[in-house]
Formats: sequence, structure tokens, C-alpha cells
Amino acid sequence: MTRWIFSTDHKRIAILYLVTQAAFFVTAMTIGVFMRIEQLTMGRTIMGAATYNALFTVHGVVMIFLVVIPGLMVSFGNFLLPLMIGARDVAFPRLNLLSWWFYLAGAVIVLASLFTGGGPPDTGWTFYVPFSLRTHTNVPLAVFGVFVGGFSSILTGINFITTIHRLRAPGMGFHNMPLFVWSVYATGWVQVIVTPVLGVTLLLVILDRVAGLPIFNPDNGGDPLLYQHLFWLYSHPAVYVMILPAMGAISEIIPTFARRTIFGYRFIAFSSMAIAAIGGLVWAHHMFTSGMSDLSVAAFSLLTFLVAVPSAIKVFNWVSTLYKGSIQLSAALLYALGFVFLFGIGGLTGLMQGALAVNVQVHDTYFIVGHFHYVIFGGTGFAFFAALHYWFPKMFGRLVDEGRAKLAFVLVFVGFNVFYFTMLLIGAEGMPRRYYDHLPQFHAGHVVASLGAFLMVAGLLLLLHNLGRAVRRGAVAPANPWGGVTLEWATSSPPPPENFAVIPAVPEKPYAFPREVQP
Amino acid sequence: MSAEAALSHPAPHRDDVASRMGMWIFLLTELFLFGGIFVAYAAYRALHREAFHHAGAELDAVLGVANTAVLLTSSLTVALGVHAFRRGRDREAPCWLGLTVLLAFAFLVVKGIEWVTKYQHGLFPGQPRLGGLPAGERLFFGLYFAATGLHALHVVAGAVLLGVTCALVARGRVRPDAPSVLENAGIYWHLVDTIWIVILPLFYLAA
Repeated sequence: MTRWIFSTDHKRIAILYLVTQAAFFVTAMTIGVFMRIEQLTMGRTIMGAATYNALFTVHGVVMIFLVVIPGLMVSFGNFLLPLMIGARDVAFPRLNLLSWWFYLAGAVIVLASLFTGGGPPDTGWTFYVPFSLRTHTNVPLAVFGVFVGGFSSILTGINFITTIHRLRAPGMGFHNMPLFVWSVYATGWVQVIVTPVLGVTLLLVILDRVAGLPIFNPDNGGDPLLYQHLFWLYSHPAVYVMILPAMGAISEIIPTFARRTIFGYRFIAFSSMAIAAIGGLVWAHHMFTSGMSDLSVAAFSLLTFLVAVPSAIKVFNWVSTLYKGSIQLSAALLYALGFVFLFGIGGLTGLMQGALAVNVQVHDTYFIVGHFHYVIFGGTGFAFFAALHYWFPKMFGRLVDEGRAKLAFVLVFVGFNVFYFTMLLIGAEGMPRRYYDHLPQFHAGHVVASLGAFLMVAGLLLLLHNLGRAVRRGAVAPANPWGGVTLEWATSSPPPPENFAVIPAVPEKPYAFPREVQP
Repeated sequence: MSAEAALSHPAPHRDDVASRMGMWIFLLTELFLFGGIFVAYAAYRALHREAFHHAGAELDAVLGVANTAVLLTSSLTVALGVHAFRRGRDREAPCWLGLTVLLAFAFLVVKGIEWVTKYQHGLFPGQPRLGGLPAGERLFFGLYFAATGLHALHVVAGAVLLGVTCALVARGRVRPDAPSVLENAGIYWHLVDTIWIVILPLFYLAA
């Protein structure tokens, strides 16, 4: 145990993150199941409004801050970044371990907040003032946990940016780095720039709650809108922290299973940077109905449409990569294709909300909840599963049972769409979010959504079981089971400490598959 | 060649450029941390111009400027310390660093005096006088305590960092060809100084 939790080996730290993230994922998923059970009937089913408020808050806080914001960055970023650039570790291995400890400390504090003080927070994951200042639940401790976790994010960002600048193997320039590395680079900058803003905002909320410091509280003349601005100034770019490394993973998986070089390498690389840059300027589209000036509303709407362009560039590039490829339909590719499809729906419903007139209609409805889950679960979540199946042999030296993995994919994919597409439909009809109860006209929709959710959870359990089984009993994996051409496949599975006996030669062009060269 | 044999690196990996780069990016995050408070200040000042003017008169500009002088001097002493170390004057460097820590302490003492005065004047959060002030003035003091408090925390952190570095240098644990620990502590201290230079006019010179 101590050989793991005090190890500075980036591969071990990656697996530490992976295990903790999986534990929090299952926790928050279970909470989600309880919410779906509550919505199976009208009126009170298994809990009242107060419990439901606590559950959606905790589901959101755990999923957002402990699972998807760390996301692929900490687990796959840690594992793959040094391998992909031909390095022996990250630039600051001890800082890397410290980041995990910050993450764990933040998580423990968040979880402690559920059982201490006034009980679990009931504000929603956004901790909006003035309610977060007035509720008697344990908001300060939960917020402090998120604050501590922020250090993990910042330190990881600093570490990875420096690693990419300083530790690339000889011959690896910025323009032949794997695209996953590009996405980690863009994500790192987003993390170091916006996370401190969230940090200071949360600190001010804590000071207001604990010491009555007049900042956001309208009783003291404070402006709750200012809180919303500062919160989304972080939390919208945080969506790109969640999705960018996911896009990077997809850019690795698709070429390997299409046996074809990636289409539009530079466009994908630069679109990551463009998303990071424009993504920092769209935050107020979460606040269209809050009473901002018409001018700022229109400006943020325009920027929201603009940020969709680089994401769309990536989607077209992935699809073009598949065109005339020699496709091997592995489980990893299935999840990656699932990502492209679901992220497409998530992105397009996002544009609908960027349109001002539609936004007023769908604001604070299940349409938002559905859209968000399409992007973050259908996007980041499916990319996470794709990455797990693709790099599992490299991480654990074992092969995953492909048949079960594909069965799990079908269950998760079908359940997912039944669940969240129904949410989009009842949301468009006006079902408000964050209510433990619903009106008769939404009843059928809620039952269908819940059944979809249960099917999806069954698939997720099969997926996790299959992976857990493979760790112990999977067939031993060769160094390069998929015929990948990035450098992580140039070492054994799992890689030895310090990764490479001899630093491998860097291919002149990334994603040049042998078959392509032959006529 | 076995994997184990390949691992036996004679020298541990060290990269001073990376250390410095990491520190500079960290300083960027510090700027954004304080940036949140400065944004709030800008928004509230635009809304409550008069009130900020009145509330600013409560602060002691003389103490604020005196503290600025203390901090600027401390930036000079830390720079002299780094300079001395680079020139190989190993015995001189710890003296400069120690002096810097003393100046940091002096800064905190002055800051403490200020805060105690505010308490005596009933301007702390929760005290009745503050609660009776107009909204804009209450917000001014809220931001004042947040900014100076957060800054004071950074002074403490910087002083501890410099203290530890001073001890390392005095014991000869910082190698002359690898001064990045010392340099990083130095640039961190300059950042603490820089942020204060923004805080001074925003609050002490607001009247």
C-alpha cells in the first residue's frame, strides 16, 4: 500500500487517481439511481424534497469536482504524457504525488461535509449566493473541500505544461506530438488560469459564511450576480478541462483502429488551443436569464456560437479519419464512436441554448440537465471508457474481454439515450430541474427516463466488472496489442519504472501507420 | 541489458529551467487568485464611487505607504541575497535573506496594528458600526479585509519559504551551480511585493 500512496512514479499516481475516481463515480452514480427511483412515481416515493435537494447537490459536487474535472487529465494524462513524449517521468514527480494528496484531502473534506455540521449542502453544485449564505447546511466545509481540490488541479496543470516544454524526447517538436499531448497542454493552461479565480471566489463565500465578511451577501449590499460571474468564469472553462483531454484520447483511438493517419493534424491541435482561448470568454451564457444587460447577453451568445466552431472541426476531422480507413471495430473504438455521436447531440443542444430566445424557454429545465449529461457523460464519460479499453493493456498488462465490453457498450449506449434524450424532451416541454416531484404530464417521460437509467447502470456495472476481472484474470497483453504508433506502445505492457530502457526514436510524422506507406 | 541495469542513473534528474518555468506559471495563478478580488473591487467601485471614497478615508495612508517602503526594501534585500550567492559570497547571502524575513515580520506587525485599529473603530465584520454603514462602505471594508488578509497570508508563506531557504543556504545545502531553490523563493517574494503595490492605491489611496 505505502509503495503506492507514496510513489512518485507517474504511472502509479495515474492508477491512484483512476481508482479514487472510479470509487467516487460509483458513489455519485448510486446517488443518481436513488434520484431516478424517486421520480418513478408522482409525489413522495422514497424521499422528501430536502433529501432530494441534498442528493442532487452531492451527485453534482462529487461528479463534477471529484470525477470529471480531474477527468482524463489526472489519470490518463499522468499515465500517458511522459510515455507519449518519450520521457521517464513528469517534470516534478514529487509535486505530482502532492497533487494526488491534495485531491484526496479535498475529497475527504467534501465527503466529511455530508455528515457534519448542518448536514449535506442543498444548494446545487453551483453554490449560488444568496442561498448558499442562508442555508443552514454544511456549505462552508463542502466549499473548502472544493477549494483544497483546486490546488491539485493547479499543480497538475503547472507540472504538465512544464513537462511538455522541457521533457520531449529529442526529435519531438510541438508539431509531431501526439494529439492527446496537445489537448493536455491546452487543458493545463485552462487549469492554471481559471482555477485560482474559483479558489478566491469560494474563499470569499467561506469568509462570508464564517465571519460575515460583506462581499456577495445582498443584505450587505453585495451583488449575487458578481458571484455568478466569478463562479462561471471558472466553471465554464472547467467544462473544457473536462472535455479537452477526452477529445485528445479520441484523436488517439480513432486513427489506430482506422489504420489511417489522423485527418487534419494541425487543425485538431490548434482547435484545442482555440477551444481553450474562446472557452474563457463564454461564461455568462449560463446567466442569460439573470438580468444582465442586453448588450452583454448578445455578446456572450455570439461567443458561444464561435466556441462551437473548433469543436465541430474536431468532429469532422475524426469522421474524415474513418473515411476509407481499414476499420477494426474494437470495444475501444465503439466507445469512441459513441463519444462522437453523443457529443454531437450534446454540442448541438448546447447551440440551441446559446440562441437567446430558446434559452429563455429551456433555462432551468431538464433540457439543460439532458444537454449537460450528453456533453459530460456522453462526451467525457464515453471517452473515459474508450480510453480505459484502449490503454488498459498498457496500464495493467492484461487484455479486456472484448465480448463483454461490447455488450456493456450496447447496454450503456441504449440506456443512456433512452434516459437523457427523454430528459431533453420533457425539458423542452417545461419540466423544471431540481424538483423531487413532477406534474402528471411529465409522468410517462420520467418513468421512461428512469428505466433507461437503470439499463445504463446495469451496463456500467458490467463494464466495471469486466475491467475489474481483467486486472486479475485477463490474458497477458503484448507490448502493442492494437498496432498503435505513438511512443507508449514502444515499451512493454505495463511499462517498467522510468518507462524506457533506451529513449525510443521519435517518428518523423505522427500517426504514420505501416500499411499506409505500402502501395 | 536488463531494465534494472538501465535504471541506474548516476545523477538524479535536475532541470533548473523547468523549476523556474514552473514557478513563473505558479506566479501567474497567484495573479489570477488576487485578480478575483480586484474584479470584485472594480465592479463594486463602479457601483459605489462615493462610498469607496469615504471608506478609503478611514484607512491610514501613512501606515500603508510606510509598509510599502518596508516591502520594497525587502525586495531589494532578497535580490542582494541572490546576487551575493551567485557571486559565491556564501556567508553574505544568508544575512540578506535573514534581513528580508525580519522586514516581512515588520510588515506584518504594521498590518496587525492597522487591523487592531479597525477593530477598535468597530469596522470588523459583525461589529455594529460596520453594519450601520452604507452598503458601498461595507463592501469596501469586506474587500479590504479579504485583500489585505490574503496578502498577509502570502507574506507569511513567503517569509517561511525564505526562512527555510536561508537555513539551506547557511548550511551549504544549495549548490552554487543550482541556485533555483533560492531564485524561486526570491521571485515568489517579488510577487508578494508586486501584489501589494496594486493593493496600496486601490484601498489606501482611494480617498
